Amino acid sequence: MSMTEGTATPRWVDRVLTINGWVVFLFLYLPILVLVGYSFSGSSTVGIWGGFSFQWYRQMFANEALMDSLRNSLVVALISTVVATVLGTAAGIAIDRYRRWIGRRSFDALLYLPVIIPDVTMAIMLLLWFTTINMALGLNTIIISHIAFNISFVAIVVRSRLAHLDPSLEEAAMDLYASRWQTFRRVTLPLIMPGVLGGALLALTLSLDDVVITQLVQGPGATTLPVFVFGLIKRSVTPEINAVSTVMLIASMVLVFVSLGFQRRGERYD
Amino acid sequence: MTLLEDRPDHDSEAANPELERKAERAESWRGFFHALPSFAYLIFFFLLPLIIVLVVSFSGRKATGSPSFDNWTLDAYRKLLDTTVLRIAWRSLTMATLNTVICLAIGYPFAYWIATRSKQSTRNFLLVLVLIPFWSNFLVRTYAWRVLLDSDGPITRIGEATGLWGKLLFTQPAVFLGLLYGYLPFMVLPLYAALERMDWSLVEAGRDLYATGWGAFRRITLPLSRPGVIAGSILVFIPSLGAYVTPAILGGAKTTLLGDYIVTQFTSARNWPFGSAVSVVILTVMLIATLVYFRTGARTL
Repeated sequence: MSMTEGTATPRWVDRVLTINGWVVFLFLYLPILVLVGYSFSGSSTVGIWGGFSFQWYRQMFANEALMDSLRNSLVVALISTVVATVLGTAAGIAIDRYRRWIGRRSFDALLYLPVIIPDVTMAIMLLLWFTTINMALGLNTIIISHIAFNISFVAIVVRSRLAHLDPSLEEAAMDLYASRWQTFRRVTLPLIMPGVLGGALLALTLSLDDVVITQLVQGPGATTLPVFVFGLIKRSVTPEINAVSTVMLIASMVLVFVSLGFQRRGERYD
Repeated sequence: MTLLEDRPDHDSEAANPELERKAERAESWRGFFHALPSFAYLIFFFLLPLIIVLVVSFSGRKATGSPSFDNWTLDAYRKLLDTTVLRIAWRSLTMATLNTVICLAIGYPFAYWIATRSKQSTRNFLLVLVLIPFWSNFLVRTYAWRVLLDSDGPITRIGEATGLWGKLLFTQPAVFLGLLYGYLPFMVLPLYAALERMDWSLVEAGRDLYATGWGAFRRITLPLSRPGVIAGSILVFIPSLGAYVTPAILGGAKTTLLGDYIVTQFTSARNWPFGSAVSVVILTVMLIATLVYFRTGARTL
């Protein structure tokens, strides 16, 4: 689906587009690279290069409050991802594979809302709700909230995967006397697996990124890494934050490549 | 479907309308049960909270800021008309609109450039380069600008050395830069998806019929990429309107946007009903924006 000779853009237009392209990439990457660079600076003033040093990374790993928040983040992300992936996959199947059931249309609409609603609104909605039903704020309310926004993202990814699948494969399995469960285990699930894993990865990323919702629904003493870092940033800029940021960037980058790997595997199935 | 013919029970099933109706009903129940856990979850932890916001926006207020359900009032909505509130709302709206327009102006040629590279491997490589910032932690990316704009930061020092700009941190331009930087990838990806899916032979046909390069772009490429334009605009506009992290990190007292203003109502300002009313307004704007989106028939996110 590339451009053919007949439609080729004039040379000067192409040149302008190319320059624009690299300028945009520079804009997207330069700030991140500067940040990564400063994280290895020996100077305690951000913005002044003080020779290459790992001291901020050492200090980061020695910071107990920070490590606690990292542990919380991982617990929240893992639990919310697993639950949201199971529920979201079932939701995607319910919408795509079963066309007629009571409430399908309202469920469809409800499923889209958490995706488009701004974080801030979702945050105060949940805070008000937890106070209304008298639920003590803490790690559990953070997990509940993350599941609430992740279900929708998983469902949308799984659904788009299902839409590309030929339902006759499942029908064939059932015609060959496979039970519903066997059909799901042996045919449907392997085929939608790239979508399920992609959705799970998206859920994991969103959970690890969230600041606003977590900040409002967290309880005393239990916070996540991004909220902890956010608190530090609001006070001042320190080289230690640069080091944490670099680690977080590397983690996201690893997730990008893992998700690309899943996608490629998915394309091979098609 | 030769397999079906070997199975007589299948044929009789299809012939019997009573059985068929039963099977259909069973199928419908099966769909419902698949959705049930997530449906129940979203009703309990999304729909009911949404309704509570609406209820609280009409409620009275205790000294702690939390809602009191004994006296109902329109105070929160009346407060929306205060000049301070209107100024913040106007600032948010203009910032979000401006950000959407500029993201589109930069993102469209950018996505077009990637989509028109002739080699698949080049396109894939450039796409990965867009995906990395897209997936990277938003807070960290915003923080990067905080470092750049810090009083000792490189941009500030370049400005001082050249005399072109002063201290940008905690000003409106800083918040705007942060929003642009934060949401640009959200614009590029749907645009790229739309352009990549497009049937370029249509453009070729237009050119064969003596359309100019610009004419073919305006009459063919642009309309065909419209779903991407709309999806990208919504993905940038809505979070920009509710932005919280960006103004909190890069902005100052005079750059408050609706997002951090709402959070303030629930933390230091202690006025939950008012914070809820502001949210209701944002929700309404968001709902209208999405309805427009679905009306235009673009169901690709």
